[in-house]
Amino acid sequence: MSWFRKRSAPPEKSDSRKVVVPEGLWIKCDNCGEIVYSKEIERNLKTCPKCDYHFRISAKERIRLLEDPGTFEEFDARILSEDPLNFRDSQKYRDRIKNAVKKTGLNEAVLSGTCTLDGLKIVLVVFDFFFLGGSMASVVGEKVTRAVERAIQEKCGIVVISSSGGARMQEGALSLMQMAKTSAALARLRRAGLPFISVLTDPTTGGVTASFAMLGDVNLAEPKALIGFAGPRVIEQTIRQELPEGFQRSEFLLEHGMIDKVVSRKELKKTIVALLKAFKNQ
Amino acid sequence: MVEGYLEFEKPLAELERRISELRQMNAVENGVNLSDDIQRLEKKLARMRRDLYSGLNRWQRTQIARHPLRPYTLDYIQILMKDFIELHGDRCFGDDRSIVGGTAWFHEKPIMVIGHQKGRNTKEKVSRNFGMPHPEGYRKALRLMKLAERFHLPILTLVDTPGAFPGIEAEERGQAEAIARNLIEMSDLTVPVVTVITGEGGSGGALALAVANRVLMLENSIYSVISPEGCAAILWKSQDYAKDAAEAMKLTARDSLDNGIVEEVIKEPLGGAHLDYQETALNVGEVVWKHLEELSALTPEELVEDRWAKFRRIGIFRDEAGR
Ligand SMILES: [Zn+2]
Repeated sequence: MSWFRKRSAPPEKSDSRKVVVPEGLWIKCDNCGEIVYSKEIERNLKTCPKCDYHFRISAKERIRLLEDPGTFEEFDARILSEDPLNFRDSQKYRDRIKNAVKKTGLNEAVLSGTCTLDGLKIVLVVFDFFFLGGSMASVVGEKVTRAVERAIQEKCGIVVISSSGGARMQEGALSLMQMAKTSAALARLRRAGLPFISVLTDPTTGGVTASFAMLGDVNLAEPKALIGFAGPRVIEQTIRQELPEGFQRSEFLLEHGMIDKVVSRKELKKTIVALLKAFKNQ
Repeated sequence: MVEGYLEFEKPLAELERRISELRQMNAVENGVNLSDDIQRLEKKLARMRRDLYSGLNRWQRTQIARHPLRPYTLDYIQILMKDFIELHGDRCFGDDRSIVGGTAWFHEKPIMVIGHQKGRNTKEKVSRNFGMPHPEGYRKALRLMKLAERFHLPILTLVDTPGAFPGIEAEERGQAEAIARNLIEMSDLTVPVVTVITGEGGSGGALALAVANRVLMLENSIYSVISPEGCAAILWKSQDYAKDAAEAMKLTARDSLDNGIVEEVIKEPLGGAHLDYQETALNVGEVVWKHLEELSALTPEELVEDRWAKFRRIGIFRDEAGR
C-alpha cells in the first residue's frame, strides 16, 4: 500500500478541484500540490496549512465547526422527497435520492436546526454538497422556508451556509418555485427586523445564488469559492471564449460588490457572532 | 417549406401546398371543375390539424412556445392597451432592451406593463439579446414595479425568455443578485401583480418577473427550471435528448397547473398563438382583466399575504413528522 492515497479523477473538467479530503495519513493538496499530514488538515478546520485552500466539507462537519459544542438541535429532519414528476433519465430520481441518502447519511441536501454561537441563539441551515450537489427541490425549499419561519417565531437571527449547484432538475418547475418561496420568506424575516447572514461556500451557483444566498443582510464567502449564476462551462459555451483567471471566485465577487467580506473558515464563527451582536444591539 | 411551419407540421404544410396548387389550376382551367376535390382536401386538412394539435407532446409544445412568429410583449401591448409610454433604464448601468416596460391604459385604467421582448429580424434579435436579460434588465423591471407601487398601479408582467443571459459581464454586474432581489421585492409589492407566461418561461430569468398573485400560462407556453437542451446535456450527456428532457421535466402549461404552480391556462388559437395575434391577445386580455378585478378587492396587506400564500404552498414532499 502506498503512503499516498491516489485521488480519483475529477468529476468535471472545468472543476478539477477535489471534492473531499481523502482518507489516509497524507494528502496531496489539490490547490498547491504540497503533501500535507491529514491530521494537520483536520486540525486546521479542513483547510490546507500551506496555501489556505478550503476543502469542501459535509454539513455535519460544518455544524461541528460552528456550533457551541453539542447545542445543535435539528428540526424538520423527516421531510422527504416524493419524486413528484416520476422523473427518470439514465437513472431514476428515486434511486439517485436513495444513493445520496446511503452515501451521506442525510435525508436531504440541507440540515436545519437551532444552536448557539458563543451563547447567541440562532437558526442554522447548512447545505451538503455531497447530497446531489446540494441541489434545491421541494424538500430543500420547504426546509429553508421553515427555518426562516422558525427564526421569526423564535425572534432570532438565521445563518445559512450554502453549497449548491442550484435548483434540482428532477423536480422541474417545482424546484424553480422554491427560489421564490425562500426569497418571499426572507421578506417576512426582514419585516420582523431579524438578521440573515448568508455564507457562500464552494460552490454556490444557479438557483440558490439567484435567490436566498444573495439576499443576506450580510453576504460572506469562504476564500476562492466558486460563486455565480451561470456555471462556468455554460458561459464558456455561450460566449465561446475562455474565462479570465479568478472569474466567479469569492475575491472576484468582493471586487464587484456582490459580497461583503471574504472570511476564512477559522474566522467564520467569530465574524458571524460579531455581526449578530452588532445587529442585536438596538 | 412554407414559412412559419415547424418540423412536425410538415404533413400539414404539404397538404396546404397541394390545395393551393389545385386552387390555381381551378382558376385557370375552365374545362375541369376541381372544387369538389378541393373541398374534400380542405376537410381532410381541418381534420389533420385537429388531430395533430390535440395530441401535442411536450417537445412539440416547446417548439410552438419558441416559434419565431409568436406574439411578443409589444404585440400584446399594442392590441390590448392604449397610450403605452415605454420607460427606459435601471438608473445604475444602462437600458436592457430584452425587457420592455412602461405605463399604459388597459380597460380605461392605468397599469404598469413589463415583459421580455425578443426580436423579429436578425438585427433586432441581437439588439434584444434574444430575450435574455442582463442584470440591468431585471433592475429596470424592479424600478418600474416600485414606481407602480408608489402610484398604486396594478402590474402586468409578460414572460417569454430562454433565460437570464450567461455571460461575463452579466456575472460581473450581479446576475444572481439582480434575480434574487426581484424575487424578494416582488413578493413584498402592495399592488396587484399578474403574470402571463406567453412563450418560454426559462428558469430564474423568467421567475424574476413572475412572483405574482396570479400566474397564468398560454396553452402552448412552457415553464421550466432549465431548458430541455440544458437538462439533456447534463443528465443524458447529450443535447440530442432534449425531447426526453422536455417530457421528463413536465414543463407545459397543463403540467404547471397540475403541480399548483399556475392558476389558469389561457387558450390559444388551434395551431398556436402565432396564427392569430388578435385572438390570442384578446384571450389574454380577458383572463388578465378577470384576475385584476378580483385582486382589486384586496387591501395592500392582503395582496402581500395572498402572494405569500400562493408561493408558500408550492412544493410536493412527504412530512413524516406531520405538522
Ligand atoms: Zn494547499
